[in-house]
Amino acid sequence: MNQLLENTLTIDGQVVPFSAGQTIMDAALAAGIYIPHLCHKPELKPHGSCKLCTVDVDGRSMSACTFPASQGMQVANNTPALTEVRKTLVQMLFVEGNHLCPTCDKTGDCTLQALGYHLGMLDGHFPPFYPRREVDASHPDLILDRDRCIMCGLCVRASQQIDGKNVFALSGRGAQNHVIVNSPSGKLGDSDLNKDDLAAHICPVGAILPKNHGHEVPIGRRTFDLHTVAESDIATFNLHKTEHHDD
Amino acid sequence: MQQLLQGEPCPDQAVNGLMPHLLHQLHAIQQQYRYIPTQQSKQVSETLQLPLAQIESVIDFYSFFTRTPRGQYTLLFSNCTSCGDLALMRELCQLLKVEQGITRTDGLVSIDETSCIGMCDHGASLLINDRVIAHLDSTRLKQIAEYIESKTPLDQWSPELFSINTQIYKKGLLLEQPLEQGSALTAAFKLGSDALIQTLKQSGLRGRGGAGFTTGMKWEFCRQAQGAQHYVVCNADEGEPGTFKDRILLTDHAHELFEGMTVAAYALGAQQGYLYLRGEYRYLVPHIQQVLTERRQQQLLGQNILGQQGFTFDIELVVGAGAYICGEESALLESLEQKRGVPRIRPPFPVTHGYLGQPTVVNNVETFVAAAHIVSKGANWFKAHGTEQSAGSKLLSISGDCTKAGIYEYAFGVTVQQVLDDCGASDAQAVQVGGPSGTLVHRKDFGRQLAFEDLATGGSIMIYGQQRDLLKVVRNFTHFFAHESCGFCTPCRVGTPLLRKYLDKIEAGHGTAYDREEMARLAKLVKKRSHCGLGQTAANPILDLLEHFPHVCEQRLLHQEYEPFFNLDAALETTRQLSHRDDAEAHLA
Ligand SMILES: Cc1cc2nc3c(=O)[nH]c(=O)nc-3n(C[C@H](O)[C@H](O)[C@H](O)COP(=O)(O)O)c2cc1C
Ligand code: SF4
Ligand code: SF4
Ligand code: FES
Repeated sequence: MNQLLENTLTIDGQVVPFSAGQTIMDAALAAGIYIPHLCHKPELKPHGSCKLCTVDVDGRSMSACTFPASQGMQVANNTPALTEVRKTLVQMLFVEGNHLCPTCDKTGDCTLQALGYHLGMLDGHFPPFYPRREVDASHPDLILDRDRCIMCGLCVRASQQIDGKNVFALSGRGAQNHVIVNSPSGKLGDSDLNKDDLAAHICPVGAILPKNHGHEVPIGRRTFDLHTVAESDIATFNLHKTEHHDD
Repeated sequence: MQQLLQGEPCPDQAVNGLMPHLLHQLHAIQQQYRYIPTQQSKQVSETLQLPLAQIESVIDFYSFFTRTPRGQYTLLFSNCTSCGDLALMRELCQLLKVEQGITRTDGLVSIDETSCIGMCDHGASLLINDRVIAHLDSTRLKQIAEYIESKTPLDQWSPELFSINTQIYKKGLLLEQPLEQGSALTAAFKLGSDALIQTLKQSGLRGRGGAGFTTGMKWEFCRQAQGAQHYVVCNADEGEPGTFKDRILLTDHAHELFEGMTVAAYALGAQQGYLYLRGEYRYLVPHIQQVLTERRQQQLLGQNILGQQGFTFDIELVVGAGAYICGEESALLESLEQKRGVPRIRPPFPVTHGYLGQPTVVNNVETFVAAAHIVSKGANWFKAHGTEQSAGSKLLSISGDCTKAGIYEYAFGVTVQQVLDDCGASDAQAVQVGGPSGTLVHRKDFGRQLAFEDLATGGSIMIYGQQRDLLKVVRNFTHFFAHESCGFCTPCRVGTPLLRKYLDKIEAGHGTAYDREEMARLAKLVKKRSHCGLGQTAANPILDLLEHFPHVCEQRLLHQEYEPFFNLDAALETTRQLSHRDDAEAHLA
């Protein structure tokens, strides 16, 4: 067997090469194949929590962003059954929080919303939780609106792994999960978060947003008005994609 | 108690000689203040050199830590279907004029519910300031209420209230003949590590904690893994409702458990072991410490164990704080590392990357006990019992609607019917084998066998007689999982509360056939797509009910196409409270 064939797997029948240590997600992204994901960014250590990247590997359910690629693996990704699963997961994330898209500055730039469109979601479907969550407006440049948080942990990892700080943490148990701030008062204004930190930009939804920059890009010209979530996630590999275009 | 009422400090280390650990520190603070004041978490953060956010996130994860003061007498009633009776809880609330979950204004008492406390063979039970009172009935409640109102220190309460006397109804391989102390170690030294592991593999011993992984292989993988240190961890979290066999082993067979752990240490070359004990069993701490001290005195722990030059091993005790998920082995390791008990991504597995990233063996209490026996008595002695794929015996914790609740040790392969006959359960309509995460068995299937190849069980057998409402039972389990979900992954964090909503709606008589179908669809998703064993089993009770007892659900359904979740009458509750009205006119029909 030659070297190339030795390190390959198939995704929906397509042969995809991988190198040792790569996950299924790594191999897919490198080959330009989109596996939906929310809690994953290539530059950060995978978390494996949102389960949007769920694939079936030889019939077993696996998270593509954490599961190591291996020789001859047969991965099912873009199937009607998995689209249904992922759509349900997105609906679950919507009903769990308080997502009032029309009033949210992230609309059109929000990955959760874009995934909803991508997966053909038409309603929240499940009874909403209407949780009570705290808003933190103490920071001069940023606002933390927990109503929209999906517990993806991207801000936590970006702060620790890229910014070299430790601003955020996930706290609580079960449905009570929430993001907390590692500062004496627990307030963002008391933390060393800077508006240029990756953690300030990485939120896939509108939970961490810049202050004093409302609705600068008109609706219709935002990221996901111009690109599908698949295009944008593959093309960029770019941690800053949710930044405003004219920044 | 004098101390307690005056709110004096009673730090863990001084009381029980427990090692410094975030959970122990927080427990001491909770003891002293009845909650964790922010100022204290800051201090802990400094003492233990951990980020403040880590302390805060741990406080909010474990049920036994609170942000607002609980009563000087903190009572937690089990809400398990075997050792719980919430009607009794409400009765005591009335006696003491206190509302569930809200500390009485004088700060004297608070009453709430908690997940199964492992007293299932003792009827309705509660925890009061880390101690257990079982066999609750109206008489006992009155007694308790009087002691509390008169502020009698717990030490002066009738000791009889706290007595726990578990019946062992059937002894088998492990319980029949206790091991002589040191005999397994002597045998281990004779065999050497390799032969010892071979013996375990030949014996066919599989993990007793539920998953049933071959123990000899686990030890071998760990032994082969590279690491600066190897660790041995005993999982004594025993959180599965209906299970209490580890409690009995910890009480009466602790020497054999520690001997098994020490044998493992010898096989792996480990120097440090940990026993992770569920917080509900804190009352066992002095006893366990005593056994550890004895073993150190007898050279069964410590340096050059039994004169074996260079073999050094000791065991520390870490006590949890109310989180079922910490029984999952990787969550347990996170908890040992002073973090929230969130299951890790696998691979890598604990045998290569466990405690502090080092190769670690995690085994159940019973597994270590069995391993000690096997090393001492040989593989064949063990393999001669049980079935082809399930060698040896299994300790069962039997509770529910039977006349003889207690511990039974059977060779694997015994039928459910045999077990029911032996424990005096003549009118069972269903048996929950393996706890809520296991299988709900219909009486037509009572001929099935308890064994890994048929009905696997970590040891929980809960029996439900004809008069039980199975929908209520399944609802109880579904609430349990929603309460205990760690919240890490979407399917379980959102799915388990949703399943709870569906089941509540159906139980209340508001569910439609559509709700049932949606619940089933969601149940399958939660089962298949969740991150860890908790989510992967949380929907089992619902799926088993729908498959084997469809009429139980059918009977409750509304025969109309659609009914909203929103309940107008329930929504008026706040208004009723504000207007102090609860008469018929204040309700919608
Ligand atoms: C939610 C959950 C709870 C668990 N609780 C326990 C427990 O209380 N005790 C236990 O020994 N194993 C428990 N387990 C199984 C452990 O993850 C692990 O498989 C076991 O401790 C390994 O030991 P064994 O091989 O000796 O069974 C639990 C698993 C899950 C998913
Ligand atoms: S604040 Fe944003 S980035 Fe952070 S966990 Fe919540 S959704 Fe993820
Ligand atoms: S399945 Fe449940 S308990 Fe397990 S990781 Fe996911 S949320 Fe946590
Ligand atoms: S992207 Fe893989 S679990 Fe979130």
